[in-house]
Amino acid sequence: MTEIARRELLQGASALGLAFALGSHASAQTQAAGQGSVYLFFTETEAQFIEAAVERLIPSEPEWPGARAVGVPYYIDLQLAGPYGRGDRLYLRGPFAVGLPGQGYQLALTPAQLYRTSLAAIAREFGPSTPFASLTDADKDRFLRRLEAGELTIDGFSSAIFFETLLANTIEGYFADPAYGGNRDMASWRMIGFPGAFAAYAAVYTRHGLKFDRAPMAMAEVAHHDDHHAAPATAGAAR
Amino acid sequence: MPIRKKPVDVVLVGMGLTATMIGKELAEAGLTVVGLERGVWRDTVPDFQSPAMHDELRYAVRQHLHQNPELETYTFRNNTNQTALPIRTLGSFLPGTDVGGAAVHWNGQTWRFLPSDFVTRSHYESKYGRNFIPADLTVQDWGVTYDELEPFYDRFEYLAGIGGQAGNLRGEIKPGGNPFEGPRSREYPNPPTKLAYAGALFANAALELGYRPFQVPSANMTATYTNPEGMTLQPCMVCGFCERFGCEHFAKSSPQVMLLPKLMEKENFELRTQAHVIKVLLDPDKKRATGVLYIDLDSRAEIEQPADLVILCSFGINNVKLLLNSGIGRPYDPRTGEGTIGKNYSYQTMASVSVFYPESVNINPFMGAGALGTAIDDYNGDNFDHSGLGFLGGAYVAAYTTGARPIEYHPVPPGTPRWGVDWKKAVRRHYNHTVGLTIHGSSMSARGNYLDLDPTYVDAYGQPLLRMTFDFPDSDVKMANYVAARTTEIARLMGGELVSPGDRSTPYSIVPYQTTHNTGGAIMGSDPTTSAVNRYLQSWDVPNVFVQGASAYPQNPGYNPTGTVGALAYWSAKAIREQYLKNPGPLVR
Ligand SMILES: Cc1cc2nc3c(=O)[nH]c(=O)nc-3n(C[C@H](O)[C@H](O)[C@H](O)COP(=O)(O)OP(=O)(O)OC[C@H]3O[C@@H](n4cnc5c(N)ncnc54)[C@H](O)[C@@H]3O)c2cc1C
Repeated sequence: MTEIARRELLQGASALGLAFALGSHASAQTQAAGQGSVYLFFTETEAQFIEAAVERLIPSEPEWPGARAVGVPYYIDLQLAGPYGRGDRLYLRGPFAVGLPGQGYQLALTPAQLYRTSLAAIAREFGPSTPFASLTDADKDRFLRRLEAGELTIDGFSSAIFFETLLANTIEGYFADPAYGGNRDMASWRMIGFPGAFAAYAAVYTRHGLKFDRAPMAMAEVAHHDDHHAAPATAGAAR
Repeated sequence: MPIRKKPVDVVLVGMGLTATMIGKELAEAGLTVVGLERGVWRDTVPDFQSPAMHDELRYAVRQHLHQNPELETYTFRNNTNQTALPIRTLGSFLPGTDVGGAAVHWNGQTWRFLPSDFVTRSHYESKYGRNFIPADLTVQDWGVTYDELEPFYDRFEYLAGIGGQAGNLRGEIKPGGNPFEGPRSREYPNPPTKLAYAGALFANAALELGYRPFQVPSANMTATYTNPEGMTLQPCMVCGFCERFGCEHFAKSSPQVMLLPKLMEKENFELRTQAHVIKVLLDPDKKRATGVLYIDLDSRAEIEQPADLVILCSFGINNVKLLLNSGIGRPYDPRTGEGTIGKNYSYQTMASVSVFYPESVNINPFMGAGALGTAIDDYNGDNFDHSGLGFLGGAYVAAYTTGARPIEYHPVPPGTPRWGVDWKKAVRRHYNHTVGLTIHGSSMSARGNYLDLDPTYVDAYGQPLLRMTFDFPDSDVKMANYVAARTTEIARLMGGELVSPGDRSTPYSIVPYQTTHNTGGAIMGSDPTTSAVNRYLQSWDVPNVFVQGASAYPQNPGYNPTGTVGALAYWSAKAIREQYLKNPGPLVR
């Protein structure tokens, strides 16, 4: 990626790009920032809410892009369009009951159904004329806090369940490897100083306080640096 | 009618850590052994290789190496007044699946228990008086002593290539090691880890207060190592992708790296994957197992595997589910205290303290390894005077640097908003400038904490789920908060700007991850009316069934469990080889 393209991303100037990065090793580097993304799961109305909401959960600052700018809406979209959205690894047998907080998630909904149901309820709350996305930042935050506090009832369940799922998915997309469509250009890793997928610190971990400022590397880049993980020929071969 | 396979001498249920160890011992003794694993085959190459392995979302968050709750989970409640509901997505603990089990994606913190931990009840009663132990606690002695297990701890540590420094070598206290540990017969096979920055900050403060810090014993290799089985392990690269990940470097003691290939070589051993065992089959009088029934997940066929000896190695709480679904032994009843299967389920009582540093202090928490840590043991077990404290047990305190994958690791000071720009700024400000101290506490068994079969919910194969009824007893809460207060004193000397103590509160929740140190439910002991298995892990009720793993712990001491799981597996295997095979039947009468 060229310096200019990177700067554009960092400034949040482009919300386009890498939604198809899944499974394609080199995509984080080779897909140009100008290419379009498309939503596979969200409808246009749903996407408008998600884009506006994640931007309030992790807002952009002049130097550090927020969730929307690094592609988190596309990350969530891809997750919901895939196995996670369909309830992969979720026990969904009944009977269903409202549990105690310490008993965890108890709805009969897959994540995709949870989003669809909740987003429909939220859209009804606002009506078509003044959608969530058109509110001021302060009003958006006020509404999100109401969701967080469970002040809305969505199809018989507390809005807090949807809010917590949205917040968790937003944080995932923000910090996950760019291969999943969020964290473009590893912006969040640069922000906190996490060096990413390429990792072998045996030689330096005892240098206490070291300022370790190597640029982060995503899985797609590490794929081209396979020197460090070559398997020793003698070790542990099975059979 | 199930398909009936050719009878074998031994069937192992589950092919994780203990099965690999027992399987090797029994195959070596010439027995025909079949290992049944519900998951798939996994090996270092290609399954654990980078870059794909360094994927926090897939492995740490979506838990791809862990038990799939869609197929099999547990139900949970805090007490019998509540209705247990299914754990629909795993949180507090993450049992493993696939060949190698949880020992593929463990951290490798490899401890021994204290000599007094094996005699909890008699130790506290003789030292502090008969009324010292709170009435709700059902703690028991183990029926095996530290001295008896020592050679087996030693053997397991040499198998796994543990890096550490002896603190007590045949009774002599050694500088640099854990001075509280029981006597060991020889040094660790490998040198200890070196201090990470967090560990050094902790050690300095601990020393100032007169405590005795040491490096946590590590199954992440500190040197190239060839174990007694002839397997060579490679040095740990300190990559920070350890817990919940497979190791790409042959550097973490998993079955695959330290032993399994030697078992796979044996002609008299056969591994069957995607073989989900649903029960142990018994004679009509329920005194003898005839084999196991499993579902072949490829064909969905039900298959009977006849065997003379059935060894449950399916991870502690899963062993308990199999015992209950098979009708082995008498289920525990919390009202009467009678029955043994499911009794004394315990966990691990965790707490933490965080130290927040100025921006000039780079902790580099991502330079981690699963067992890279510096600990004190001054407040564990009965290493300190319990008079007047009102609780049993204790905790080790450690500054671990296990890695800092950012979806799950982004510490912020208390009072920080949970989202929004102030949250984002706090994450940026503190990510590289925070040290967390782990308080790794014991979990005492209590009358109301137990496992049984859920009356309502079933797994994907139609079997009742295991129901877990658990909350932290008062004694454990007091213990954790006492050790947290001592830890906070240390933390204040660590040079940070802010110290944030994280107390232990109730009720226990299955949502946040705590540990996968689920213990008890098929406890060992010397009395068949109060324990499920004898001192050799042999079922009192069905003597050709042995039950491996932490299900045997009558209560859980303040350490990670696997050192003792490994020691018990070798101890049990020796009893099978040298006593049981000569004279099949109860080893203790
Ligand atoms: C994330 C994590 C971190 C950990 N870190 C540490 C640590 O640092 N230190 C420590 O001491 N311990 C640690 N542990 C615990 C350690 O992994 C276990 O103590 C150890 O693996 C237990 O060995 P086992 O043989 O009892 O079970 P496992 O190794 O888990 O093997 C059980 C096997 O049985 C299979 N199985 C289960 N049910 C069935 C069935 N019905 N039919 C067929 N097969 C079945 C499973 O798929 C699995 O392969 C950790 C565990 C986890 C999950």
